[in-house]
Amino acid sequence: MSPDWDAIAARPRFKELLRAKRRFVAPASVFFIAYYFALPVLVGYFPATMSRRVWGPVNIAYLFALSQFLMAWVVAWIYVRAARRFDELAEQALRDEAGR
Amino acid sequence: MNAALVIFLAFVALTLAITAWAARRSQGAASYFAAGRRITGWQNGLAVAGDYMSAASFLGIAGLIAFNGYDGFMYSVGWLVAYLTVLLVVAEPLRNAGKYTMADLLAYRLKARPVRAMASLSTLTVSTFYMIAQMVGAGALVSLLLKGSGIGFSTAVIGVGLLMIVYVVFGGMLATTWVQIVKAVLLMGGTLLLSVLVLAHFGFSFAAFFDAVANVKYTLNGETVTRDFLAPGLRYKPPYGALDLISLGMALIFGTAGLPHILIRFYTVPDARTARISVVWAMAIIGAFYVMTTFLGFGAATIVGRDFIAQNGGINMSAPLLANALGGEIFFAFISAVAFATILAVVAGLTISASASFSHDFWTNVVHNGRERSPNEEVNVARITAFVVGLVSIALAILLGPGANVAFLVGLAFAVAASANLPAIVLSLFWKRFNTSGAVCGLGGGLASSIILILLGPSVRGAAAVFPLENPGIVSIPVGFAAAWLGTMLSSDRASEDKFAELQVRANTGLGAEKPSAH
Repeated sequence: MSPDWDAIAARPRFKELLRAKRRFVAPASVFFIAYYFALPVLVGYFPATMSRRVWGPVNIAYLFALSQFLMAWVVAWIYVRAARRFDELAEQALRDEAGR
Repeated sequence: MNAALVIFLAFVALTLAITAWAARRSQGAASYFAAGRRITGWQNGLAVAGDYMSAASFLGIAGLIAFNGYDGFMYSVGWLVAYLTVLLVVAEPLRNAGKYTMADLLAYRLKARPVRAMASLSTLTVSTFYMIAQMVGAGALVSLLLKGSGIGFSTAVIGVGLLMIVYVVFGGMLATTWVQIVKAVLLMGGTLLLSVLVLAHFGFSFAAFFDAVANVKYTLNGETVTRDFLAPGLRYKPPYGALDLISLGMALIFGTAGLPHILIRFYTVPDARTARISVVWAMAIIGAFYVMTTFLGFGAATIVGRDFIAQNGGINMSAPLLANALGGEIFFAFISAVAFATILAVVAGLTISASASFSHDFWTNVVHNGRERSPNEEVNVARITAFVVGLVSIALAILLGPGANVAFLVGLAFAVAASANLPAIVLSLFWKRFNTSGAVCGLGGGLASSIILILLGPSVRGAAAVFPLENPGIVSIPVGFAAAWLGTMLSSDRASEDKFAELQVRANTGLGAEKPSAH
């Protein structure tokens, strides 16, 4: 017999899961997209500022591009940590169902 | 005999052994299309990286940096950041709610036949365009890398084509996966070794390295010029440079999560949690690769020099020539062999994604309404499709010839993935009202606008371009979303709302997800 999908979707635990995911994924996506597009926008439209040297010949533009890699890894790492909570909530939402 | 050829043949022998092993283990559709869903997190991470990093990344981006310095580096950034979209939005729901193809997710609460037909068309477009670009690239590389081995353009294209057919027809997803893993390891090893040699050349002093990069000499219009290769502006110039880069960035950030051959990799792991872990592994590998590409590109610019590269095979030879300068002929041979392994692993991934979509989406679900008429029909049709797709790609690549401008085909593949596939995936997951008409309009609108804008753009028409940007993403992605929205609103079909709760539960909890095979 197939599970009662609508009933599970209506459970408080499941709703909490969706809320928790949305609260993480929406701002995280806005952040990484803004951070990424800041690179071509700043470099494209403010090349003089971005070419300013900060360490020997190394300039802001280079460091900013390099920081994108760090940013991507850090966001991924934070997500993986947050996702442990999502996994717990998902399990609880399903266990609720099994109990009835 | 040519050393590169020897190393390459060793790789071919290894991959054929993998294929034979995989063929013996393979039984049934889940095994053929999804490697029995028993690939582990780190294995799939390596395979995703092997599926993704094409010769365009390895030779192309190293060359872009060697010739354009910073602008080439900036170009490479988006290829990693794009994986955040895969991680945050697509990988886990796809694994939870789908079976073999991207369309499984779309067809869930929509009418299967029209949606699958469009999704299959889009998948075949992305996969074949991308594949032709790889095949022409493979053939062109051979004449440069295996110079004097007697192997020409057509022979190389036929060789690459036949190998990918053998991997996919006989070994299915399991063989494809392991070919991609071996390639990723080779590619990372070669890149790491080259990077270390570049730094060793500068006495492991970053200061000396960056000083050299800031004073690169080359010939421009007959005069010797010195340029700061850490400064932006050598490639992306006004008036459209920045806009083109933003448009490309959009195609990468939204397109990677819509590339069918990447998406189907997430069906090979046991569950959504493993899919998540595998994206993180892939990000670690892909990111490390692109950071090291900086050393390859800047190293080629400073140690080999732009003029020498231009006279000895051109921009794509930057990394191999650097290897030659730092490690001699044997290292050149190794790096050349890595470039071939790279192409083979990517085209195998593209072939299996095209054949899975044709067989599972079009043949079984569109033509025969979801019924397999005989046991194993889906697998057999996929095998035949892989064979046909391979032959067609070989023929097209030979027809186009080594001089063909194919770089835009990769851009087109990403543009279609971003403009057609991603809007449909995202709206299907998050917008309750989204319906069949919306999906068909979104897929069709994104596909058509990408193709039309590329045809009107500078990649195809050169100076006579009507549309000024090489990459259409900045226009075609909004068109894809708008078409999906408009198509939804113009239709009174509300049946798709009934199954929204089911899709949400499945996508977010993994209840009812496809299980890994027993063994």
